[in-house]
Amino acid sequence: MNHSLHITGGRVIDPANGIDEIRDINVRDGILVHEKSPHAEVIDATGKVVSPGLIDIHVHFREPGQSHKETIATGARCAAFGGFTTVVCMPNTSPVADSPSTIAWIQERAATTACVNVFCTGAITRGLAGEEMSPIGALAQAGVVALTDDGRCIQNHGVMRRAVEYARQFGLPVMDHCQEATLSADGVMNEGEWSTRLGLPGWPALAEDLIVARNILLAEETGHPIHCQHISSARSVRLLREARLRGVPITAEACPHHISLTDERLKTFDTNFKVNPPLRTPADIDAIIAGIADGTISILASDHAPHATYEKEVEFDQAPFGMLGLETELAVFLEILLHQRKALTLPQIITLLTVNPAKLLRLDRGTLSVGAPADITILDPDHSWTYDRNDSPSLSRNTPFHEFALRGRALTTIVGGKVVWDLESGFRS
Amino acid sequence: MNWQHKDLCALADHTAQELMTILDTATAFKGVGERNLKKVPALRGKTLVNFFIEPSTRTRISFELAAMRLSADVVNISASASSLEKGETLLDTARNLEALRADLIVIRHKSAGSARFLADRLNASVINAGDGAHEHPTQGLLDAFTIREKLGHIEGVRVAIVGDILFSRVARSNIQLLTKLGAKVTLVGPPTLVPASFSPLGVEIAHSIDEVLEESDVINLLRIQHERQRKEYFPGVGEYSARFGLTKKRAGRLKENCLIMHPGPMNRGVEIDSAVADGKGSVILDQVTNGLAVRMAVLYLCSGGAPMASSATDQ
Repeated sequence: MNHSLHITGGRVIDPANGIDEIRDINVRDGILVHEKSPHAEVIDATGKVVSPGLIDIHVHFREPGQSHKETIATGARCAAFGGFTTVVCMPNTSPVADSPSTIAWIQERAATTACVNVFCTGAITRGLAGEEMSPIGALAQAGVVALTDDGRCIQNHGVMRRAVEYARQFGLPVMDHCQEATLSADGVMNEGEWSTRLGLPGWPALAEDLIVARNILLAEETGHPIHCQHISSARSVRLLREARLRGVPITAEACPHHISLTDERLKTFDTNFKVNPPLRTPADIDAIIAGIADGTISILASDHAPHATYEKEVEFDQAPFGMLGLETELAVFLEILLHQRKALTLPQIITLLTVNPAKLLRLDRGTLSVGAPADITILDPDHSWTYDRNDSPSLSRNTPFHEFALRGRALTTIVGGKVVWDLESGFRS
Repeated sequence: MNWQHKDLCALADHTAQELMTILDTATAFKGVGERNLKKVPALRGKTLVNFFIEPSTRTRISFELAAMRLSADVVNISASASSLEKGETLLDTARNLEALRADLIVIRHKSAGSARFLADRLNASVINAGDGAHEHPTQGLLDAFTIREKLGHIEGVRVAIVGDILFSRVARSNIQLLTKLGAKVTLVGPPTLVPASFSPLGVEIAHSIDEVLEESDVINLLRIQHERQRKEYFPGVGEYSARFGLTKKRAGRLKENCLIMHPGPMNRGVEIDSAVADGKGSVILDQVTNGLAVRMAVLYLCSGGAPMASSATDQ
């Protein structure tokens, strides 16, 4: 890390400090500093955008237990490839991240193999079973940044209520995958016209809406923040908007696929489009984008969920849910929100990818303030490219965006003052 | 007259013209079944595998006989006799069949999309014999064939399909084919089994069988089941039968020449009164006979056979 950078000529967008202007950025020993160091490596960012390193608070890196799908090392490379310098891993590993020893194992693995910052979440309940509380105090001490049973949703409202109340003493936000199981039942895609046409069991938006409503009530009752993950339904957006206007401590995130793809994509039964919560309708997409634009949804995330090709190459209802996301995340958000819909400005989009997630999880990141860790993403919001899944550093190939033409891309990813990846020369190590 | 496909996975994938090509070719083949010598050499040297991972008697036998009448060699596999039981994936099992040089694979499977899944990955022809609640294309075709044979046309015909529409692949194939060919389709059943999400498919929805009796040219009754997973959809066969069963009394209100159809197997006394099933207007056994001709046409066309006009019956 004994290394200095001088990033010159770029449009610096640092929403945390209200900065949007052409200026230089200096780094020394992994920290953002005022002065240019002698012998600093000069990076010419003329015509490009210099952003705080992007943060994704929803990824699945599959270690420990499923390293044939992804490892912390390969997942981190996907992040760097996509311009993300910090990720937050979900606890549905094997074993589940519900104990300090598993958290310590992941942290150790990340420290030795990952090229970006990796933070952990801990499971709310033991084994994600939705019944007994995990050792939340010990998980907090081990350094988890939030609690979640992601992939599962706690169905027992009493258990969820007590967990939120208990988490409050440690200041750990609770993140929830909103899915009422008796309504989603054996559903594998959005319930609607396309599930009717295809004869596939439907997973109705109602199943998400009901848990979003529950979480709003629990957040209001306890006064403790609850974060609703990967919102997919128009009515959930409406519920969240009303609640946030009333000052309820509830937040929500949106994923690239839920603002760019609809359930009609499933008509070829391609399991790369099978995701949970499922792709929904054009009306849902419009509502989610409106929710992002008006601040109802304040965080953007990928839900990067790798699965091996042989696992996806099965009958549709047998295939696992989930899709890759980190590599194309920034590009899809820029393509849809900035270019196609013109729903947000570039600084607004960067806010949802830096300051807001950092604030929710109290990370000392997402800013270009002097003294902060030098996590920096240099990007070109207009860069036109076509994504090829074979360029992905992931161990898996389950992207829905193969051969999509996209506008916007990270050019250089800098973590702790070190360039870990850039478009021209690839990975530095 | 055209057919350029190696597979038949879903009627939704095909144009009205292509589907008429199958019906016309089936008309030609029906004559073969009426002869003393019920065999033509069209598929001599070809191998067909009946790959039935879900139980079936009538459809499997119908495909088997259809293949035999075309002089193909036939092998039957059931789930319990396949390596699927040992944990082999569907794709691996199918690739093994292809490695054994199967030319045609007829598949029945509980998962929607499974026929398409194989068709996209194999060089062999894949014929869907029912994939979950998605489609049962040859049943749709034989139903349409029977309507055309008995009424002379399909366009403008009013067809009521009654029963467990939500879980029915027969209903979906019928809807696709009949709406494409210009019939007016009404789905009949309780709202839990006939949800409003069917409306975009170009059909009418009715929640009472009494609404459709007088106007229908065809009543197609689906088998109603009240297995464990259906208990939350309707209270029981008694209530179903009272509200949706085609009783003798209700049958009395039908048009003079209304066709009564059922894909089988029937529950006599539940969705259809026994006397109605055996009575005037019932074409249930004609459907079975026509299924053979339709399946011969499908196997023949998907193997690259030239479409035949109806007039080719006497060759």
